[in-house]
Amino acid sequence: MMTAVAIPPFERFYEEHRNDVLRLLRGRLGADRADDAFQETFLRALRAYGRLEHGEHLRAWVLTIAQNVALDVLRRTRPTEELAETASTDSRPAYAELADLTDGLGPKERAAVVLRYGYDLSYDQIASALGSSQDAARQATSTGVRRIRRRINS
Amino acid sequence: MTVSPDLDLRFREAASTLGLIDIGYDLVESPIGELLVATSDRGVASIWFDPDPAEDLERLARIGGPRVLRSPRSVDRARRELDEYFAGQRRTFDLDLDLRALPPFTREVLGELARVPYGETTTYGALAQRVGHPRAARAVGTVMNRNRIPIVLPCHRVVGANGSLTGYAGGLDRKETLLELEGARS
Repeated sequence: MMTAVAIPPFERFYEEHRNDVLRLLRGRLGADRADDAFQETFLRALRAYGRLEHGEHLRAWVLTIAQNVALDVLRRTRPTEELAETASTDSRPAYAELADLTDGLGPKERAAVVLRYGYDLSYDQIASALGSSQDAARQATSTGVRRIRRRINS
Repeated sequence: MTVSPDLDLRFREAASTLGLIDIGYDLVESPIGELLVATSDRGVASIWFDPDPAEDLERLARIGGPRVLRSPRSVDRARRELDEYFAGQRRTFDLDLDLRALPPFTREVLGELARVPYGETTTYGALAQRVGHPRAARAVGTVMNRNRIPIVLPCHRVVGANGSLTGYAGGLDRKETLLELEGARS
Protein backbone atom coordinates (compact mmCIF):
# COMPACT_ATOMS: atom_id res chain seq x y z
CA MET A 1 0.00 0.00 0.00
CA MET A 2 1.23 3.48 -0.82
CA THR A 3 1.47 5.83 2.10
CA ALA A 4 0.81 9.50 1.58
CA VAL A 5 3.70 11.91 2.07
CA ALA A 6 3.41 13.23 5.61
CA ILE A 7 2.59 16.90 6.06
CA PRO A 8 5.68 18.49 7.59
CA PRO A 9 5.36 20.85 10.57
CA PHE A 10 4.68 24.32 9.12
CA GLU A 11 8.04 25.64 10.34
CA ARG A 12 9.89 23.17 8.12
CA PHE A 13 7.67 23.94 5.12
CA TYR A 14 8.15 27.68 5.67
CA GLU A 15 11.93 27.45 6.03
CA GLU A 16 12.19 25.34 2.91
CA HIS A 17 10.17 27.59 0.60
CA ARG A 18 10.37 31.12 1.96
CA ASN A 19 13.32 32.20 -0.19
CA ASP A 20 11.72 30.90 -3.38
CA VAL A 21 8.47 32.65 -2.53
CA LEU A 22 10.27 35.93 -1.94
CA ARG A 23 12.17 35.54 -5.21
CA LEU A 24 8.97 35.04 -7.15
CA LEU A 25 7.27 38.00 -5.49
CA ARG A 26 10.21 40.34 -6.05
CA GLY A 27 10.22 39.35 -9.70
CA ARG A 28 6.53 40.12 -9.99
CA LEU A 29 6.16 43.13 -7.73
CA GLY A 30 9.58 44.64 -7.07
CA ALA A 31 11.32 44.74 -3.71
CA ASP A 32 9.05 47.36 -2.15
CA ARG A 33 5.79 45.53 -2.52
CA ALA A 34 7.17 42.03 -2.19
CA ASP A 35 7.41 42.12 1.61
CA ASP A 36 3.70 42.60 2.26
CA ALA A 37 2.89 40.02 -0.39
CA PHE A 38 5.33 37.60 1.24
CA GLN A 39 3.51 37.87 4.53
CA GLU A 40 0.13 37.52 2.85
CA THR A 41 1.28 34.42 0.97
CA PHE A 42 2.36 32.54 4.06
CA LEU A 43 -0.68 33.67 6.05
CA ARG A 44 -2.89 32.24 3.30
CA ALA A 45 -0.83 29.05 3.32
CA LEU A 46 -1.17 28.87 7.09
CA ARG A 47 -4.95 29.25 6.88
CA ALA A 48 -5.18 26.31 4.48
CA TYR A 49 -2.42 24.19 6.02
CA GLY A 50 -4.57 22.44 8.60
CA ARG A 51 -6.81 21.11 5.83
CA LEU A 52 -4.07 19.58 3.68
CA GLU A 53 -4.45 15.86 3.35
CA HIS A 54 -0.89 15.04 2.39
CA GLY A 55 2.44 16.75 1.90
CA GLU A 56 2.96 16.36 -1.86
CA HIS A 57 3.60 19.26 -4.25
CA LEU A 58 3.91 21.76 -1.44
CA ARG A 59 6.36 23.87 -3.40
CA ALA A 60 4.00 24.16 -6.36
CA TRP A 61 1.17 24.83 -3.95
CA VAL A 62 2.84 27.72 -2.15
CA LEU A 63 4.22 29.25 -5.35
CA THR A 64 0.72 29.25 -6.76
CA ILE A 65 -0.57 31.01 -3.68
CA ALA A 66 2.26 33.55 -4.10
CA GLN A 67 1.37 34.00 -7.74
CA ASN A 68 -2.26 34.68 -6.81
CA VAL A 69 -1.25 37.18 -4.15
CA ALA A 70 0.95 38.97 -6.70
CA LEU A 71 -1.91 39.06 -9.19
CA ASP A 72 -4.20 40.53 -6.56
CA VAL A 73 -1.67 43.26 -5.84
CA LEU A 74 -1.12 44.01 -9.52
CA ARG A 75 -4.81 44.09 -10.23
CA ARG A 76 -5.31 46.63 -7.50
CA THR A 77 -2.52 48.91 -8.65
CA ARG A 78 -1.71 48.51 -12.34
CA PRO A 79 -3.39 48.63 -15.72
CA THR A 80 -3.74 45.18 -17.27
CA GLU A 81 -1.24 45.61 -20.11
CA GLU A 82 1.65 45.99 -17.70
CA LEU A 83 0.47 42.88 -15.97
CA ALA A 84 0.91 40.90 -19.15
CA GLU A 85 4.39 42.33 -19.65
CA THR A 86 5.48 41.38 -16.16
CA ALA A 87 4.24 37.88 -16.64
CA SER A 88 6.25 37.40 -19.83
CA THR A 89 9.62 38.41 -18.40
CA ASP A 90 10.32 35.29 -16.37
CA SER A 91 11.30 31.75 -17.18
CA ARG A 92 7.71 30.69 -17.73
CA PRO A 93 6.87 28.24 -14.95
CA ALA A 94 3.56 26.42 -15.24
CA TYR A 95 1.42 29.21 -13.90
CA ALA A 96 2.98 31.62 -16.42
CA GLU A 97 2.44 29.20 -19.30
CA LEU A 98 -1.21 29.30 -18.43
CA ALA A 99 -1.27 33.01 -17.66
CA ASP A 100 -2.58 34.16 -21.02
CA LEU A 101 -5.19 31.46 -21.22
CA THR A 102 -6.48 32.04 -17.72
CA ASP A 103 -6.31 35.80 -17.89
CA GLY A 104 -10.02 36.46 -18.08
CA LEU A 105 -10.95 34.15 -15.21
CA GLY A 106 -11.82 35.07 -11.66
CA PRO A 107 -9.05 34.47 -9.11
CA LYS A 108 -10.56 31.26 -7.78
CA GLU A 109 -11.17 29.71 -11.19
CA ARG A 110 -7.75 30.78 -12.39
CA ALA A 111 -6.06 29.23 -9.38
CA ALA A 112 -8.08 26.05 -9.77
CA VAL A 113 -7.20 25.68 -13.47
CA VAL A 114 -3.52 26.42 -12.91
CA LEU A 115 -3.26 23.99 -10.01
CA ARG A 116 -5.09 21.28 -11.90
CA TYR A 117 -3.46 21.57 -15.32
CA GLY A 118 -0.25 23.46 -14.55
CA TYR A 119 0.72 21.43 -11.50
CA ASP A 120 -1.39 18.34 -11.83
CA LEU A 121 -2.68 18.64 -8.27
CA SER A 122 -5.61 16.56 -7.10
CA TYR A 123 -8.92 18.16 -6.22
CA ASP A 124 -8.41 17.70 -2.51
CA GLN A 125 -5.11 19.61 -2.74
CA ILE A 126 -6.75 22.32 -4.81
CA ALA A 127 -9.53 22.51 -2.24
CA SER A 128 -6.91 23.02 0.48
CA ALA A 129 -5.16 25.72 -1.51
CA LEU A 130 -8.40 27.56 -2.16
CA GLY A 131 -9.83 26.99 1.29
CA SER A 132 -12.93 25.37 -0.18
CA SER A 133 -14.54 21.95 -0.44
CA GLN A 134 -13.44 19.38 -3.02
CA ASP A 135 -16.72 19.84 -4.86
CA ALA A 136 -16.19 23.59 -5.03
CA ALA A 137 -12.65 23.02 -6.33
CA ARG A 138 -13.91 20.68 -9.04
CA GLN A 139 -16.66 23.16 -9.89
CA ALA A 140 -14.22 26.10 -10.11
CA THR A 141 -11.90 24.10 -12.36
CA SER A 142 -14.63 23.04 -14.79
CA THR A 143 -16.19 26.50 -14.87
CA GLY A 144 -12.74 27.92 -15.62
CA VAL A 145 -12.11 25.45 -18.43
CA ARG A 146 -15.55 26.11 -19.89
CA ARG A 147 -14.92 29.86 -19.92
CA ILE A 148 -11.53 29.42 -21.58
CA ARG A 149 -13.08 27.21 -24.27
CA ARG A 150 -15.84 29.68 -24.88
CA ARG A 151 -13.33 32.49 -25.26
CA ILE A 152 -11.06 30.57 -27.59
CA ASN A 153 -13.99 29.53 -29.75
CA SER A 154 -15.56 32.97 -29.94
CA MET B 1 17.53 35.57 -2.28
CA THR B 2 17.21 35.43 1.48
CA VAL B 3 14.35 36.55 3.65
CA SER B 4 15.60 39.25 6.03
CA PRO B 5 15.29 38.66 9.79
CA ASP B 6 12.93 41.62 9.95
CA LEU B 7 10.52 40.28 7.33
CA ASP B 8 10.75 36.84 8.86
CA LEU B 9 9.82 38.14 12.30
CA ARG B 10 6.94 40.19 10.91
CA PHE B 11 5.38 37.10 9.42
CA ARG B 12 5.84 35.09 12.59
CA GLU B 13 4.27 37.80 14.71
CA ALA B 14 1.34 38.26 12.34
CA ALA B 15 0.70 34.51 12.33
CA SER B 16 0.66 34.45 16.11
CA THR B 17 -1.47 37.59 16.47
CA LEU B 18 -4.04 36.29 13.99
CA GLY B 19 -4.29 33.02 15.92
CA LEU B 20 -3.36 30.93 12.89
CA ILE B 21 -0.90 28.56 14.53
CA ASP B 22 -1.54 25.38 16.45
CA ILE B 23 1.72 25.50 18.39
CA GLY B 24 4.03 28.50 18.72
CA TYR B 25 7.46 27.92 20.18
CA ASP B 26 10.73 29.63 20.89
CA LEU B 27 14.02 28.96 22.62
CA VAL B 28 14.38 30.44 26.09
CA GLU B 29 17.73 30.93 27.82
CA SER B 30 17.95 29.68 31.39
CA PRO B 31 20.59 28.84 34.01
CA ILE B 32 19.96 25.15 33.31
CA GLY B 33 20.50 25.54 29.58
CA GLU B 34 18.40 26.46 26.60
CA LEU B 35 14.75 25.44 26.85
CA LEU B 36 12.29 24.92 24.03
CA VAL B 37 9.01 26.40 25.23
CA ALA B 38 5.83 25.76 23.26
CA THR B 39 2.30 27.07 23.70
CA SER B 40 -1.07 26.50 22.08
CA ASP B 41 -4.24 28.56 22.40
CA ARG B 42 -4.91 26.54 25.55
CA GLY B 43 -1.67 27.35 27.31
CA VAL B 44 1.85 26.03 27.72
CA ALA B 45 2.07 22.71 25.92
CA SER B 46 5.68 21.75 26.56
CA ILE B 47 9.03 22.77 27.97
CA TRP B 48 11.92 20.67 26.75
CA PHE B 49 15.56 20.53 27.71
CA ASP B 50 18.30 20.26 25.08
CA PRO B 51 16.26 21.45 22.09
CA ASP B 52 16.72 19.39 18.93
CA PRO B 53 14.88 20.89 15.95
CA ALA B 54 15.20 17.67 13.96
CA GLU B 55 12.83 15.88 16.34
CA ASP B 56 11.08 18.56 18.33
CA LEU B 57 8.99 19.95 15.47
CA GLU B 58 7.38 16.59 14.78
CA ARG B 59 6.78 16.04 18.50
CA LEU B 60 5.09 19.42 18.73
CA ALA B 61 2.93 18.65 15.70
CA ARG B 62 1.81 15.44 17.41
CA ILE B 63 0.69 17.45 20.44
CA GLY B 64 -1.18 20.25 18.75
CA GLY B 65 -1.38 19.93 14.95
CA PRO B 66 0.82 20.61 11.92
CA ARG B 67 0.79 24.40 12.12
CA VAL B 68 3.91 24.56 14.27
CA LEU B 69 5.79 27.85 13.99
CA ARG B 70 8.63 29.45 15.87
CA SER B 71 7.17 32.64 17.25
CA PRO B 72 8.80 34.63 20.06
CA ARG B 73 5.57 36.45 20.83
CA SER B 74 3.59 33.31 21.55
CA VAL B 75 5.85 32.37 24.44
CA ASP B 76 6.32 35.90 25.83
CA ARG B 77 4.37 35.29 28.98
CA ALA B 78 5.91 31.91 29.75
CA ARG B 79 9.36 33.36 29.09
CA ARG B 80 8.73 36.21 31.51
CA GLU B 81 7.51 33.92 34.27
CA LEU B 82 10.40 31.50 33.76
CA ASP B 83 12.88 34.41 33.88
CA GLU B 84 11.32 35.57 37.15
CA TYR B 85 11.42 32.05 38.55
CA PHE B 86 15.09 31.61 37.72
CA ALA B 87 15.84 35.04 39.19
CA GLY B 88 14.27 33.88 42.46
CA GLN B 89 11.43 36.37 42.11
CA ARG B 90 8.60 33.95 41.43
CA ARG B 91 7.45 30.96 43.49
CA THR B 92 4.30 29.95 41.64
CA PHE B 93 3.47 30.03 37.95
CA ASP B 94 0.37 31.74 36.72
CA LEU B 95 0.19 30.00 33.33
CA ASP B 96 -2.57 27.97 31.67
CA LEU B 97 -1.41 24.51 30.64
CA ASP B 98 -2.31 22.42 27.63
CA LEU B 99 -2.58 18.84 28.91
CA ARG B 100 -4.48 17.63 25.88
CA ALA B 101 -4.46 13.94 25.06
CA LEU B 102 -2.90 12.86 28.33
CA PRO B 103 -4.51 9.83 29.98
CA PRO B 104 -6.68 10.45 33.07
CA PHE B 105 -4.19 8.92 35.52
CA THR B 106 -1.41 11.13 34.18
CA ARG B 107 -3.55 14.25 34.51
CA GLU B 108 -4.52 13.31 38.04
CA VAL B 109 -0.91 12.81 39.05
CA LEU B 110 0.18 16.05 37.38
CA GLY B 111 -2.67 17.85 39.12
CA GLU B 112 -1.38 16.66 42.49
CA LEU B 113 2.19 17.45 41.47
CA ALA B 114 1.17 21.04 40.75
CA ARG B 115 0.24 21.37 44.45
CA VAL B 116 3.68 20.49 45.78
CA PRO B 117 4.88 23.86 47.14
CA TYR B 118 7.97 25.76 46.09
CA GLY B 119 11.02 24.81 48.08
CA GLU B 120 9.58 21.53 49.37
CA THR B 121 9.95 17.96 48.22
CA THR B 122 7.70 14.96 48.28
CA THR B 123 8.17 11.32 47.32
CA TYR B 124 6.85 9.18 44.49
CA GLY B 125 5.01 7.07 47.05
CA ALA B 126 3.39 10.06 48.75
CA LEU B 127 2.18 11.37 45.43
CA ALA B 128 0.79 7.93 44.56
CA GLN B 129 -1.04 7.91 47.86
CA ARG B 130 -2.54 11.32 47.21
CA VAL B 131 -4.09 10.20 43.93
CA GLY B 132 -5.56 7.18 45.69
CA HIS B 133 -3.20 4.54 44.32
CA PRO B 134 -0.74 4.00 47.17
CA ARG B 135 1.02 1.13 45.38
CA ALA B 136 1.55 3.06 42.15
CA ALA B 137 4.82 4.80 43.07
CA ARG B 138 6.52 3.35 40.01
CA ALA B 139 3.73 4.53 37.69
CA VAL B 140 4.02 7.97 39.27
CA GLY B 141 7.73 7.85 38.48
CA THR B 142 6.92 7.15 34.85
CA VAL B 143 4.55 10.12 34.74
CA MET B 144 7.31 12.32 36.19
CA ASN B 145 9.77 11.02 33.64
CA ARG B 146 7.41 11.84 30.76
CA ASN B 147 6.21 15.17 32.17
CA ARG B 148 6.27 17.41 29.12
CA ILE B 149 5.99 20.65 31.11
CA PRO B 150 8.83 20.35 33.68
CA ILE B 151 9.74 23.28 35.94
CA VAL B 152 6.16 24.64 35.76
CA LEU B 153 4.86 21.21 36.74
CA PRO B 154 7.54 20.67 39.37
CA CYS B 155 8.60 17.05 38.96
CA HIS B 156 12.01 18.14 40.29
CA ARG B 157 10.36 18.31 43.73
CA VAL B 158 9.66 14.59 43.74
CA VAL B 159 12.44 12.46 45.26
CA GLY B 160 12.98 8.90 46.43
CA ALA B 161 11.71 7.64 49.79
CA ASN B 162 15.25 7.81 51.20
CA GLY B 163 15.67 11.42 50.07
CA SER B 164 17.88 10.60 47.07
CA LEU B 165 17.18 12.53 43.90
CA THR B 166 16.48 9.25 42.06
CA GLY B 167 16.04 10.55 38.50
CA TYR B 168 15.14 13.45 36.24
CA ALA B 169 14.39 13.47 32.53
CA GLY B 170 16.58 16.55 32.15
CA GLY B 171 19.44 14.99 34.12
CA LEU B 172 20.12 14.93 37.86
CA ASP B 173 22.32 18.03 37.71
CA ARG B 174 19.37 20.09 36.62
CA LYS B 175 17.14 18.62 39.31
CA GLU B 176 19.71 19.53 41.92
CA THR B 177 20.11 23.06 40.54
CA LEU B 178 16.36 23.67 40.63
CA LEU B 179 16.06 22.39 44.20
CA GLU B 180 19.01 24.55 45.26
CA LEU B 181 17.44 27.57 43.60
CA GLU B 182 14.30 26.97 45.62
CA GLY B 183 16.31 26.51 48.82
CA ALA B 184 15.13 22.93 49.20
CA ARG B 185 18.71 21.62 49.32
CA SER B 186 21.82 23.17 50.65
